[in-house]
Amino acid sequence: MDLKVEPQRQLVRLRGRSYVAFVFSPVMPIVNWLEEIDATLTRSPGFFVGRPIVLDLSAVDLSSHGIAHLISNLENRNIRVLGIEGVDSSHLNASLPPLLSGGRHCVVEPSEPKKVEVKAPPATSLLLESPVRSGQCVVFTEGDVTVLGSVGSGAEIVAGGSIHVYGTLRGRAMAGINGNSAARIYCQKIEAELLAIDGYYQTAEDIDNTLRSRPAQAWLDGDIMKITSLN
Amino acid sequence: MAKVLVVTSGKGGVGKTTSTAALGAALAQSGEKVVVVDFDVGLRNLDLIMGAERRVVFDLINVVHGVAKLSQALIRDKRLENLWLLPASQTRDKDALTDEGVERVIADLRTKFDWVLCDSPAGIERGATLAMRYADEAVIVTNPEVSSVRDADRIIGMLDSKTAKAEKGEQVKKHVLITRYDSGRAARGEMLSIDDILEILTTPLLGIIPESQDVLRASNVGSPVTLNNAASAPARAYTDAARRLNGETITMMVPVERKGFMERLLGRRAA
Repeated sequence: MDLKVEPQRQLVRLRGRSYVAFVFSPVMPIVNWLEEIDATLTRSPGFFVGRPIVLDLSAVDLSSHGIAHLISNLENRNIRVLGIEGVDSSHLNASLPPLLSGGRHCVVEPSEPKKVEVKAPPATSLLLESPVRSGQCVVFTEGDVTVLGSVGSGAEIVAGGSIHVYGTLRGRAMAGINGNSAARIYCQKIEAELLAIDGYYQTAEDIDNTLRSRPAQAWLDGDIMKITSLN
Repeated sequence: MAKVLVVTSGKGGVGKTTSTAALGAALAQSGEKVVVVDFDVGLRNLDLIMGAERRVVFDLINVVHGVAKLSQALIRDKRLENLWLLPASQTRDKDALTDEGVERVIADLRTKFDWVLCDSPAGIERGATLAMRYADEAVIVTNPEVSSVRDADRIIGMLDSKTAKAEKGEQVKKHVLITRYDSGRAARGEMLSIDDILEILTTPLLGIIPESQDVLRASNVGSPVTLNNAASAPARAYTDAARRLNGETITMMVPVERKGFMERLLGRRAA
């Protein structure tokens, strides 16, 4: 053998690699077992499409003809069998998938497309821990505003959702400005200059004097703003 | 460690300048080295209340612009040797103040004094914002009536957002000083009560200064009320307030006029 004449030989590289496959363990009677598979497929069609499947036939006793019949039944359901285990090699012929051994248990991770790392959901409420002073204007269109303190005369709170004031509301409160007519305004002591929900408003003049300095809430009943005491 | 204190209110005429002079004098009497700085450029009054109007040569604007040295502009009080005045300019307006200039002057004053008291102009514009800009503490002066309380609330909001300390995420220490308080009228419900004011402002109380003719009398002779008649009700209230600023705990009370025998006979004609 002359090495010089020999064309460069392509090296065949063999490497071991392990993959995770679903194992089907058919039980007798096969017809009923296939019905179970069908039931799974009607619940989630395409569940097995493109997944490697191994048949574990240790619980059944099938001839090579029986095995071929089962595999063709599965193929009709779009399930392709990658290998077979749990049978004697004499039952298998060349047209059937190869015999596998040495399989190990593993947890199959749900392989739905991995959700992209979601960013922290945008804040849907705003908490203010200090009083809102006269002349300050707090605008939060994304949701509710909660104030742990008073809202001064001449201050303004504008919220896309509801407004909660754990103190005296002396300024202006406008809730549901993006057309949210279900928004409400709550306060521990009502001295408000103006309350508005979804564009409907009442000024201090309109607010019943008997409510003054009491805990109150305001909401929309159709297109009428209602203000009632909370106790 | 020097403390910079701004005396402010938002509303005009509530007693900022009177309070600056009275607190400054009271602090100086307790041994602190004090400078009172007039930020009311164009409408200066502190020099009159301090009785130094005839000795003004250079002023705050000159120092801010680098025309004069700080030592040239500072006026020493004739009665108290550790009380000084930095007057405002009467011929200029608030636009003559620059942020950098004020910062430099305040930093300079910090090295020379224990207390730097800034008398803020009324309003919320440049003069008032620069007066509070570099403050460590603030005295918010208010009268017991709704408009000055609302303006005080506005100023507190600015102290929490527009000062150098607020921008660094720190807090300016705030005190409320209620002036022109008339216990008789308060009892008759003709004024906001102390509780109402504190509930609205949610800020600690520094003192209650009673309405008194002594204040006007002291202003007219160009003397802080704490120096002019230290035994008078407003002077005692200011002295207590100054001691609270220095960290002392003193029970809050509303000083009342001590009426002499003759005054009692003559009723309220003692103006």
